[in-house]
Amino acid sequence: MLFDQPAAGNPIDNGTVVGRPVLRIDGPLKVSGAARYAFERNDAVTNPAYGFVLGAGVAKGRVRAIDAAATRAAPGVLAVVTTLDHAPLSRADLSAAMLFGGDMIEHYHQAIAVVVAETFEQARAASRLLKVDYEREDGRFVLAAEAGNAKPAPDRENGGPDAPDVDRVGDFEAAFQQAAVTIDSTYTTPHESHAQMEPHATVAAWEGDRLTVWTANQMVNWAIRDLPRALSMGQDKVRVVSPYIGGGFGAKLFIRSDVVLAALAAKAAGRPVKLALQRALIFNNGTHRSATIQRVRLAARADGVLTGISHRGLSGNLPLGGAEMATSQTKILYAAPNREIGMTLAAMDLPESNFMRAPGEAPGLMALEVAMDEMAEKLGMDPVEFRVLNDTRVDPHNPSRPFSERHLVECLRTGAARFGWSARRSRPGERREGRWLVGMGVASGIRNAIAMRSGARVRLEASGGLIVETDMTDIGTGTYTIVAQTAAEMLGLTAAEVEVRLGDSNFPRAAGSGGQWGAANATSGVFAACVALRDAIADRLGFPRDRCEFIGGTVRSGNEVVPLQEAARGGGLTGEDSIEFGDLEKRYQQSTFAAQFAEVGVDAFTGEVRLRRMLCVCDVGRILNPATARSQVIGGMTMGLGAALIEELAVDPRRGFFVNHDMAGYEVPVHADIPHLDVVLLDHPDALASPMKAKGIGELGLCGAAPAIANAVYNATGLRVRDYPITLEKHLHALPALALL
Amino acid sequence: MKAFTYQRAGTMAEATAALAQVPSAKLIAGGTNLLDLMKLEIEVPSHLVDIRDLDLSRIEETADGGLRIGALVTNTDLAAHGRIKRGYGVISRAIVSGATGQLRNKASTAGNLLQRNRCPYFYDTDQACNKRLPGSGCSALSGVSRGLAVIGTSASCIATYPGDLVVALRLLDASVETVDAAGRTRTLPVADFHRLPGDTPEIETALAPDELITAVLLPPPIGGTQIYRKVRDRASYAFALVSVAAVIQEDGTGRIAFGGVAPKPWRVEKAENALAEGAETVVSIAFAGATPTEQNAFKIPLAARALASVLAEAKGTTDAV
Repeated sequence: MLFDQPAAGNPIDNGTVVGRPVLRIDGPLKVSGAARYAFERNDAVTNPAYGFVLGAGVAKGRVRAIDAAATRAAPGVLAVVTTLDHAPLSRADLSAAMLFGGDMIEHYHQAIAVVVAETFEQARAASRLLKVDYEREDGRFVLAAEAGNAKPAPDRENGGPDAPDVDRVGDFEAAFQQAAVTIDSTYTTPHESHAQMEPHATVAAWEGDRLTVWTANQMVNWAIRDLPRALSMGQDKVRVVSPYIGGGFGAKLFIRSDVVLAALAAKAAGRPVKLALQRALIFNNGTHRSATIQRVRLAARADGVLTGISHRGLSGNLPLGGAEMATSQTKILYAAPNREIGMTLAAMDLPESNFMRAPGEAPGLMALEVAMDEMAEKLGMDPVEFRVLNDTRVDPHNPSRPFSERHLVECLRTGAARFGWSARRSRPGERREGRWLVGMGVASGIRNAIAMRSGARVRLEASGGLIVETDMTDIGTGTYTIVAQTAAEMLGLTAAEVEVRLGDSNFPRAAGSGGQWGAANATSGVFAACVALRDAIADRLGFPRDRCEFIGGTVRSGNEVVPLQEAARGGGLTGEDSIEFGDLEKRYQQSTFAAQFAEVGVDAFTGEVRLRRMLCVCDVGRILNPATARSQVIGGMTMGLGAALIEELAVDPRRGFFVNHDMAGYEVPVHADIPHLDVVLLDHPDALASPMKAKGIGELGLCGAAPAIANAVYNATGLRVRDYPITLEKHLHALPALALL
Repeated sequence: MKAFTYQRAGTMAEATAALAQVPSAKLIAGGTNLLDLMKLEIEVPSHLVDIRDLDLSRIEETADGGLRIGALVTNTDLAAHGRIKRGYGVISRAIVSGATGQLRNKASTAGNLLQRNRCPYFYDTDQACNKRLPGSGCSALSGVSRGLAVIGTSASCIATYPGDLVVALRLLDASVETVDAAGRTRTLPVADFHRLPGDTPEIETALAPDELITAVLLPPPIGGTQIYRKVRDRASYAFALVSVAAVIQEDGTGRIAFGGVAPKPWRVEKAENALAEGAETVVSIAFAGATPTEQNAFKIPLAARALASVLAEAKGTTDAV
């Protein structure tokens, strides 16, 4: 099904099932342990052996030799595969790190060996007996020190292959020189870890030359492309199964060392192998969000109208990797006639930077939206009104291109009213409640809606059951539920009457989970398949295709009403199709919007910051399921709190690795950090985005969350901390003197 | 984890005898720290002596009006004990500020004394650490040191004693009761239990290899307002950047001990004499001679501000923590 015209009325508009807060159908399976995650697939293989991965103990250099004699002789050991036994594996698309093979060490904890043994404990103990002889080299580990070596990182995702190094409109420098009011601020954001709960894990089994992996991967579609390539196999010889995923946030977009090593280990051992990366390896072996250094300059007239926006950023990565595109959203968030926007990228020798939830927007808005707060203050304007004044209806870099739907102003106004924004003191540091300095902050959020081809197969069984199959994944987001709701709405059933099967490369290719594109595209693919099935049912029943209604388990045409299962009596019927997108995305800027409001308390004695309350108002097109949508938003807001106040992968500048590489050292928010989070979901279906009129919400909740909190901290203390995370030592000196407390 | 043998001791004599006979034997109670360290092969005992069956789980009154806390009393039980809450509130407050409910259910009183440090370089066996591998060097001195100690350190180690309970025990002049393989018992002040690193950071306590902690002894209650204030990056389940244990009497005198700043709970009695002069003076005395790194120098002004917060709370001039 080609989607190249605005969606007309369709069965989804009925809203009998779609749009209802159906509870997650996988919920009972997960809380009861019946949902088996990759490492638990004892049902899928018999007699598995255990793999344990050894990571490199140096950040850069080469492996001269690995003495595995003691390991091979250790109790229970079945096989040892070292990096020197293999040529370097080919890198996955969009991936910078080489996962295994060869003697070169590109980053700390790069996998250099896997030990297979009868038990996990034996494999782990034996791995400690490997003697590795390293040749250690110096590396580039500090982003600021590499600024001079950075190269332009054009925005090809939005600007295509010919994207300029810097996106320019008008003459920013002239506007900046002539402006009545300007600000010029530099912000730094740290390296961050996805820190997802489930480790990277795989069970691999060979049958002859055929490989099956039960793994945790957000993009089965990409895994089935990249894994055979890494292993030099035909794609038809590999099956990837990933029905349940315990969080990913982007860490599991690509095949990682667990899956290739499980496959190699299983081959070497002649047994199925279970393998999970130990927690201490994940932070340096896997991917992370790069640190950024961003400079924002704003120019405005005295009345608050922006005349110029400059946003320039720097991030780092391994030499073959991409940039954290922290400036891209600045192209479309606010109007201003003069603009210059661009990223640069420095080659470094830290572990691989790659996509993490709201890639680009999360750190980018942590700069831009604080700069907006700074400018509003300098103008003497309310930060909400300043944002409303500079809203845009079109893509400022291409004014002939309107937004499909854009209700940012409504988000801001609705949020301000609901949050009690008018109670905010415009002068910072003025509100004191007991030992707390109290402040309020606001920020806008934006994240694009990305259209991707997505397929599904829907089968009406002779027994009457309806089964949906797609290689789409559920990373804890609610995919099972919204897919069931979509199919139920299309066929006139309840969600409970639909069986959803996900995450298997034997199923039709879907969009996968990432970039908040999963929900809208995957359900659109299911929509397309259901249209095909409805046609097949109509044909079978001899009804005209365009005059059939599917309601309450029946098919109706004119005065005729036939039970749905009647259609399958002569044998099951299948509808299979994909949604494909035309150029609506090029003609219309398709984005999702949020207004985030935060109130914090800063301990006037110790500088500890605690979130008191927070609200996010979202404009994301049709809400497929308000329960799962809300969960996505509060998860994003929680991550935003981490980004604003807590999270930082600490770099050892000499040894070149993230030092706090476990869940005790890399602190993420805990329950005690999170008060009630309020979410308002505006309902503006977007007929230009997809037949579902939905756009996605999985990353928006993070967008603007951290800067809203940062602005609230400033409002509380009066000190602008531009170096994230805002830990207490950064503003301790600016708190009231002890004599005054 | 290296393979080890395991024994469940039925008596204290059995446990201490095992310690005496097997040089690399370790006692295990709750195992909340030891097992993690064994998995990383930072601790590599060849033999584990499980002491859970020993009769050391009671809290009893002593003849002088104090309390005797059995070595195996869990953190949860200790924090909730009526006598502790009434007479030694700082202990309850310190305990519940640490770890999580699940960990506190397992963690023992004696195990808390023996909790090892949380320096990230100690935990990463690819990095130099004098505590883990004597003579290999200290990676933290030139590395990531934000959470590490500012005083009591040496050129060989800047690790911090990470716990909360023991800061309160130090404040209250508690002592540690032990027995060795020969059946000899002794009592030593908590103040003398942990050693500063000096040139031998691998030796962390005054315990002899065959010595078993049997109890912690508390002197009679001293009254006052008892406060434990833990300053940290997130609201729960985090080690202290700085913590303050305090008993403040109505006349303004009192006791102060700091956590998160030194290789042991940090109490300088003569600093307490300056309480009337305010938090900054107390801290300037207590932290005289401190050698912080660039990354953790903030801990000293933070200690003063945290102490000021405690003093204000004791006076009732600010709301409770």
